[in-house]
Amino acid sequence: MDNNTLLLLGDEAVAQGALDAGVSGFYAYPGTPSTEIMEYVQHSKQAAEKNIHRTWSANEKTAVEAALGMSYTGKRTMAMMKHVGLNVAADPFINSGITGANGGIIVTVADDPSMHSSQDEQDSRVLANFAMVPILEPSNQQEAYQMCFTAFELSEKFQTPVMLRLTTRIAHSRSGVKRGAPLDENQLAMPEDKRQFVLLPAIARGRYKLLLEKQPSLEDEANNSPYNRYYEGSDTRLGIIASGIAYNYVMENFQDQPCPYPLLKLSQYPIPRKYIERMVDQCDEVLVIEEGMPVVEEKLRGLLDRGPAVVKGRMTGELPRDGELNPILVRKALGLEAHPSTVAPEVIAPRPPALCPGCSHIDAYHAINEAIKAEYGDGHVFADIGCYTLGALPPFEAINSCVDMGASITMAKGAADAGLYPSAAVIGDSTFTHSGMTGLLDAVIENSNIVVFILDNSTTAMTGGQNSHANGRLHQICEGLGVDAEHIRSIMPKRNTHDQFVQIIKEELDYKGVSVIIPQRECVQTQLRRAKQKQQGGKA
Amino acid sequence: MKLDIILAGVGGQGILSIATVIGYAAVQSGLDLKQAETHGMSQRGGDVQSHLRISDHTIYSDLVPEGAADIILSVEPMESLRYIPYLSPQGWLVTNTTPFKNIPNYPDLYKIIKEVGKVPHHVAIDADGMAKELKNSRGMNMVMTGAASLFMDIDFEKLKEGIRYSFGRKGQEIVDLNIATLEAGRKFAEENRSS
Repeated sequence: MDNNTLLLLGDEAVAQGALDAGVSGFYAYPGTPSTEIMEYVQHSKQAAEKNIHRTWSANEKTAVEAALGMSYTGKRTMAMMKHVGLNVAADPFINSGITGANGGIIVTVADDPSMHSSQDEQDSRVLANFAMVPILEPSNQQEAYQMCFTAFELSEKFQTPVMLRLTTRIAHSRSGVKRGAPLDENQLAMPEDKRQFVLLPAIARGRYKLLLEKQPSLEDEANNSPYNRYYEGSDTRLGIIASGIAYNYVMENFQDQPCPYPLLKLSQYPIPRKYIERMVDQCDEVLVIEEGMPVVEEKLRGLLDRGPAVVKGRMTGELPRDGELNPILVRKALGLEAHPSTVAPEVIAPRPPALCPGCSHIDAYHAINEAIKAEYGDGHVFADIGCYTLGALPPFEAINSCVDMGASITMAKGAADAGLYPSAAVIGDSTFTHSGMTGLLDAVIENSNIVVFILDNSTTAMTGGQNSHANGRLHQICEGLGVDAEHIRSIMPKRNTHDQFVQIIKEELDYKGVSVIIPQRECVQTQLRRAKQKQQGGKA
Repeated sequence: MKLDIILAGVGGQGILSIATVIGYAAVQSGLDLKQAETHGMSQRGGDVQSHLRISDHTIYSDLVPEGAADIILSVEPMESLRYIPYLSPQGWLVTNTTPFKNIPNYPDLYKIIKEVGKVPHHVAIDADGMAKELKNSRGMNMVMTGAASLFMDIDFEKLKEGIRYSFGRKGQEIVDLNIATLEAGRKFAEENRSS
């Protein structure tokens, strides 16, 4: 590898690509598998020297909004998130299609098919289609890098945000990436139309028409995109459309002989009709292979499903309807013989993730179980998204819900409204500042009879220990939202404070109103990391 | 040339340090590389794997197909068995025999080792014990890398360079210790391979 080639994760390739393409600011909230984009930027000398914005945002909505503000000023910007983060950011994201961009804006979303670290496996291309925003979907790390340049150009040429869609296996896989010549940042340049971003109904109607009018041009771009390639094949009984990383799984199976079928590599949307028509005219059947949901397949099939070619894929059982793809699933769909392989022996036990030894959540759950589950039975504790969600598993089995960021407090409130007593919420410090504060305000306004545990480990732990916006502010935030200061209780969760912890919970269960209990002890992982850094720093 | 390796272990055991050393050696040998890693929830003590693909021609899939792995390199015995469907019929299973017990229902180790023995090409090595003997308490991963290196079509010297690259920051003493650990692992595999 030469000096210009780096060994990068797909996530890191996106970060480096944006940096080289003249980005001025990144905005993101951590979420697997997107976290490493911002982490790379935060460790980048290039970003530090240019003072590129790279501080985490409170949540994905604030991230996209801040990015949109930067785009307003004419500068290039990127917002990054996991797929479910895009739900949080859906409001600004959808409307950014209507305002359009000034400086280039890329919304990078990393989907997690098979739910390795997620609550669902939704496909972000659906939301991009909904917003009528073009999508770039890299097949490899080099494309992930290069597409940042393309996406910014596209964004500025058509005044539209662009979605860069990754999936787990490209986000978290490393490969050689050849860098291009870095571009300078844009200068500040306000939008020519000072009302472009004012979505008052009268203006929004005009902007929306503009968005609709852009669509044919965006499709032209996809028809002529270097990332969409049509490979001819002699056997036209079948045509293959493979999007993003699925293209690799097709090619993996044609290493020894060339693919005999016409093959469309699809990496830029809107769906390029030119190629689809060519394939449908040529082939008896079309097999659509895409990572995620059958987005292209469904569109091709249509409701009536009576086109000239038979469309196959995830909806017809050639490929599984759910879960991520791999070379073997694709091999079967292509009708090729499976490689011989052995079944794993039965002796293997599953090894689910677990709370780390010494984790403060362990002490919190011991106390919560004693004060609530042992006294009132199972079913009273609503939880949230983070390491502490592992409290659902043995040996704790302490929690009864995990739906979306912040839902613990609001679900506990709804259950209390219905008459459930006790009704408790468990939420982490970072999740609380992400989406828990507004729900707590709802509870305060109605003086709901709930106990909220904010498990404060002073970091965003599950994604690897990023800074938490809640750091040192939880008391003030809760008091500011109107929680009675006497019912904001702190405790250091440890084995020797267990009885005191249980006592506090009992006292707050007796209080008819909103109580907040904050068990505060640093994450053992970040503590260890700090100790290591200190040790290494001391040696140097 | 193509070399597909499944690295296996438990979150926190540091299998990516192995990937770094082998990956560096591959890149220095002018080979193409793809390396799919496990990040996120499983890193909290769950089962983790990394797919390391090395080739002298274009690598497409980031994942090793089932039945195609040339080596399963596992730093934990039960985890080595989890990925057996990936192993090619000619492939080598190289595993540490020291169990990592963080689940209440960890199976009888004897049964696990017996299953390892059924794999036609295998090396089972008490890498934790060997690392301790070598006074390199954190050297288990390099014992394993050395043992598996026997079945890699990569210049052994390049792997040593990988260690210099990975551990250079920590000083010459640590580099030398880990190179000795790597060599000891390889020697064990030479003397104890199943076939």
